[in-house]
Amino acid sequence: MSEFEPKIVAFFCNWCTYGAADLAGVSRLEYPPNFRVVRLPCTGRLNPKFILEAFKRGADGVWVSGCHPGDCHYIAGNYYARRKFIVMHYMLDSIGLEADRLRFSWISSAEATKFQHMATDVVEHVRACGPNLKFRKAPLILGMEEVA
Amino acid sequence: MPSLEETTQKIRETAKKALADGKAEVVIGYKKGTYPLSTAPFFARTPEDCDQLIWSNFARINLANYLPGRPGKVAVVAKGCDARSIVGQVAENQFHKDNLYVIGVPCTGMVDNNLIAAKEQRPYRDYSETLDTITLKGADFSTEIKKEEVLRRNCRTCANRTPKTADELVGPEVPGAQADDFADLKELHSKSPEERMEYFKDLIKDCLRCYACRNACPLCYCPVCFVDETRPQWLGKSTDPMDTLTFHLLRGLHCAGRCTSCGACETACPVNIKVREFNRITEETVMDEWGYEAGLSWEQKPPLTVFQPDDEASFIK
Repeated sequence: MSEFEPKIVAFFCNWCTYGAADLAGVSRLEYPPNFRVVRLPCTGRLNPKFILEAFKRGADGVWVSGCHPGDCHYIAGNYYARRKFIVMHYMLDSIGLEADRLRFSWISSAEATKFQHMATDVVEHVRACGPNLKFRKAPLILGMEEVA
Repeated sequence: MPSLEETTQKIRETAKKALADGKAEVVIGYKKGTYPLSTAPFFARTPEDCDQLIWSNFARINLANYLPGRPGKVAVVAKGCDARSIVGQVAENQFHKDNLYVIGVPCTGMVDNNLIAAKEQRPYRDYSETLDTITLKGADFSTEIKKEEVLRRNCRTCANRTPKTADELVGPEVPGAQADDFADLKELHSKSPEERMEYFKDLIKDCLRCYACRNACPLCYCPVCFVDETRPQWLGKSTDPMDTLTFHLLRGLHCAGRCTSCGACETACPVNIKVREFNRITEETVMDEWGYEAGLSWEQKPPLTVFQPDDEASFIK
């Protein structure tokens, strides 16, 4: 059995964190390749369904990141998002999802180093949590494991 | 406190007057249920209809559920919690305030039939009720049960028993009970994540996913519910434990800052799951974070529709 490599679903806002990831790449900053990015127009677009669906389908962690409050491309999207995050965070925390599996951050498109550190941090914490076994649906056996 | 009969009379008079004055074309209230220890929703359109309206210790259904999308002028009989749900629906533009006439009934709590069943297992043939007692009569027994001992969970911690936003009250105001302090949730929070997950998975292990809780809920008026969406399909159709948990989590999240603890979901549940537990988590959050309680005044804005630039969220790095 090879060493556990976490799979993380990342939801990045198009205008800030996605740009930061881009800048980190262009700047040749090294960060772990464990996350799959879903680009959102704004963190305000994030629906709790997305997070639950990711875990349900077997993600070991979810990382949500967007513009700093006050810097939203759509003026106030992330302010509304923040209130939603607060409710989601307490809800999932209360029902017993490890806090390290669901992470939120604000990273502007200029903060490539913050992105690098955060990415490393998220991956290492999820790695420490181990595979997501209890907050996922039983996997469908389609005989296509090698494809997935 | 006026007796149940007095309140019933007052509701009938008020309903007739509302119809006669043109304040409403229909009065939504309660009538005697077809099963014992129950009431059924009733739509009174004529003065004769109004004589079927009653008040009871079993008026557990939240009649606000019948408002969204209803045309014409409507009067509703509302307990404290129902009146709060109505305020929420008006705030969410589901019903126009001008077409609404709320007949508020100060309420001393509704009865949980499961607790009655636990107190008297013998089969009964008839029952009678007063404001403070329920009497079950069987072949060779007559058991009187104090209402206080069989109140629903949410009624025991109801701080808003008088519907303050009602257009008319049919009785004197009643003092609220000690509000929910969420002590059990706080205690749960001190446990490990594994124990918490175990607790919640155990809580919903009997869930049939019949969605009775959704249908009974006055907040659940979406034309297409997320459980019925198929493209994408957010929930599988089986009772997979994770799908069930997702349903309850999303239901709780949807009700964040809107739930008024009317207990309609728990009453509707055929397998007696404490489904309000998920709502209580969000209720505690909006109370702690923004000091918000749903539906107490016409002016307040639901917490997730507004923001403060300095909202505290230290978990976001």
